[in-house]
Amino acid sequence: MTTVTATSTARPAVATGFDEVALAANPTRGIEPVWLGELRQTAFAAYQKLLKTPLDPEEWKRVDLRAFQPSKFKIAAASTTPAQFKTLLESRAQFAGVVSHVDGHRVESRLAPELAAKGVLFGGIGELVAQHGELLKSKLMSVVKPDGDRIAAWHAAFMTGGTVLYVPRNVVIEAPLYSLIGLDRSGTADFSHTLVILDEGAQATLLEETASTTDNAPGLHVGAVELLVGQGARLRYVQLQNWNQHTWHLAHQVGRVARDASLQWTVGGIGARLAHIHQDVLLAGPGASAEVNGCTFATDRQMLSYYTQQTHQAPHTRSDLLYKDVLRDQARVVWRGMIRVDPGAQQTDGYQRNDSLLLSADCRVDSIPGLEIEADDVRCTHGSTAGRVDEDQVFYLMCRGISRYEAMHMIVEGFFHRIYDRIAVEAVRETLSLAVERKLGIGV
Amino acid sequence: MSSLLKVENLYVSIDDKMILKGVDLEVRQGEIHALMGPNGSGKSTLAYALMGHPKYEIVDGQISIDGVSLNELEPDSRARMGLFLAFQYPVTVPGVKVADFLRHAVTNVRNPNRKEGEGLIPMREFRAELKSRMDELGIEAEFARRYLNDGFSGGEKKRMEILQLAMLRPKFAILDETDSGLDSDAVRFVSEAISRLAGPDMAIIIITHHERLLEFNRPQLTHVMLAGRVVERGEAALAHELHDQGYAGVRLRHPEAAAEEQEAAAALAGKQPVLAK
Repeated sequence: MTTVTATSTARPAVATGFDEVALAANPTRGIEPVWLGELRQTAFAAYQKLLKTPLDPEEWKRVDLRAFQPSKFKIAAASTTPAQFKTLLESRAQFAGVVSHVDGHRVESRLAPELAAKGVLFGGIGELVAQHGELLKSKLMSVVKPDGDRIAAWHAAFMTGGTVLYVPRNVVIEAPLYSLIGLDRSGTADFSHTLVILDEGAQATLLEETASTTDNAPGLHVGAVELLVGQGARLRYVQLQNWNQHTWHLAHQVGRVARDASLQWTVGGIGARLAHIHQDVLLAGPGASAEVNGCTFATDRQMLSYYTQQTHQAPHTRSDLLYKDVLRDQARVVWRGMIRVDPGAQQTDGYQRNDSLLLSADCRVDSIPGLEIEADDVRCTHGSTAGRVDEDQVFYLMCRGISRYEAMHMIVEGFFHRIYDRIAVEAVRETLSLAVERKLGIGV
Repeated sequence: MSSLLKVENLYVSIDDKMILKGVDLEVRQGEIHALMGPNGSGKSTLAYALMGHPKYEIVDGQISIDGVSLNELEPDSRARMGLFLAFQYPVTVPGVKVADFLRHAVTNVRNPNRKEGEGLIPMREFRAELKSRMDELGIEAEFARRYLNDGFSGGEKKRMEILQLAMLRPKFAILDETDSGLDSDAVRFVSEAISRLAGPDMAIIIITHHERLLEFNRPQLTHVMLAGRVVERGEAALAHELHDQGYAGVRLRHPEAAAEEQEAAAALAGKQPVLAK
C-alpha cells in the first residue's frame, strides 16, 4: 500500500447519515415557518455540493478529522427522562433568565416578567421562530452564511435547538442571562444555534455553557453563534465549552458590531475531543469595538483549534484579541488569527495576541498570527509567545510550603490572570478558575 | 525545647559534579550563624541542598531537624518543618498576587498536615496580620496586590523575602546574600529588620560576603567554606578578619582545599568538565 494519502482524500471528511431522509425527519420540521424550510433546503443543496468539493487544505491540514465518523451520530428525539448536568456556571449567579437544551431540545425557558414586559425575548429557537418569525427571518444565518463552507451548510440544513435572545431598543438588562446546551445520550448530534440580537442602545450579558451528562458518551456538536450588536448597544457574551472528551465540536461563530457598539466576547475552551471553531468579529460601523478573550486548557489527547478573524469594515474601529492556552499531556492547540482591514477602514486599531503555556514535553501548540491590511492609516499589531512552566518558579513556591500541585495551579491561574482581569463578571472568573482547578486534578 | 538543624558529612552534586564534599553544621533554634567563603565555595549550594532543590543531589550524608531526616523530603515539606530560604535571586511569578501567595504559604506552614483544597486561614485575620507586618517593614500596602516579584526592583525583591520571613516565622532561616545588590541604606534596612525578627524561636544563617549584615546581627559562630567544605569556624572576630583581609589567610591555612578551588576555577574558565570525586 503506497497510496495512503490518495485513499484518505477520496473519502469526504464529513458525510453520510445526514441525507434527505434525515433532513425530512428533523423533529422541528412540522412547526417551523416556510422560510426556514426553504433556508434548510438551500443549505442542504449547498452541503451536498460542498461535500464533493475538497476541504480547504490550508485550514484542515492542522485539524485531523480522520477518526471522525459522522454516521455514528444522529439527531435525537426529545427525551422522556430528565438529564442531570454538572454545570459550572448555573448555580453561581442570579440570572434574569435561563434557557436549557438537552440533545437539541429545549427543556427549560424562563425570563424575569419585567423583562418580558419590555419586549425582551429569551427562549428556544424553535418556538421563537414560530412566534416571531418576521423578526428573526432576516437575522438567522445572516452573518454565518449557509453556503459559507461545508460545516456552515451542514449546520444550516439540520439546525435544531439553541437559544435566542432579543433585546429591544434602549432596554438595559443588568443581571446576566444563562443558556445551557447539553448533550446526554450517546451518539447524539447537536445542531444548536445561538442567536443574539441587540437593538440600538440595548445592553445585555449572556453566559452560555455547553456540557455533557456523562464523561464517556460520544457526542457531536455542529453549531453556530450569531451575535448582532446594534448601533450603540453593548453585549457581553461568554461561551464556556465544557463537553466531555468524547465530543466533536465544529462551529462557526460570528459577532457583528454596528456603529459605536461594543462587544466583549469571552471563550473558555475546556472540553471536547476535537474542537474546530471559526470565531469572527465584524467591526461594521464607525466607532465599533470588540474585545475577544480566549482561555483554553487542553489535556490528554484533546485537540482544540481556533481560527479567529477580526474584520475592520469601517473607519475608527477597534478590536483587541487575547487568547491564552494551557496544554498538558499529548494535547494540541491551534490558533490561527487574522486581522483584516478593508479599504477605507482608516484609523482602525487592531490587536491580537496568543500566549501558550506548555506543561508537558509531548503537547504541541501552533500559533499563527496574520494581518491583511488594505487601508494605509491604521495601527495593527500582533504577538505570540509559547513557553514551558519554569521549574524555578515551582521550586520557589514549594520553598514556601506550597505543594507541587498547588504551585502548578498557581502558575496556571497566574498565566490566565490577564484574561480574568478583563472579565467583569465574577461568576465567569470563578467558573473558569474552578474548571482549571478540576482539570489540574487529573493526573497531577 | 529548642530545635536542632544538623548537617552531617554532606556530599552534594549538580549534574554529576561534586560541589559539597563533607559539610558538617549544627544550628540550634535562636542562634545566629554566619556562613562565609569565596565565590564558588559552596555556600549557595548548601542553602539549596538544605531546601531540597531537585537539581542538587545528596550523594552522601544527612540533613535532619531534631533527628528527622530531610534527605528524601520535598521542599514544601521542609518548609512546613520550619526551614526557610531567602533567595539571592527571588523568582518572578506573573499573575500570582503577593497576598494570595502568602495566604497559601502561611496556611500550609502553620497547618503542616493541610491537604490540597482544604480551607485557608481566615481572610480577615490574615489581612490584619499581613498589614501589620508590612507596616513594621515599611512596605506599602499596594505591594500585597502586585504580582509576586513581577516588575520589582532589586531592593523590593529583597524586602519581599523579608516580608515572607516575617509572615512564615520559620525555625531556621537561611539568608542567601540578602545584602547583595543593595545600597547601604537598603542593607541597613534589611539588617535592622532581621534583628527585629530574630529571637529565641528563630535561628538565622546569614550567607554573606560583607560584614554589614552582621553589624546588627552578631553571629555566635562564623563558618568559612572553601572548595565545598567548612574549613574554619570561629566567633565574630573571624568574620571581621575576613572582611578586612579577604580569604588569603584561609587559603594559606588550608592549601589542599585552596588547590582544589584553583582546579575547579581553571576547569570552569576552560569550560572543561570536571570529573566527579
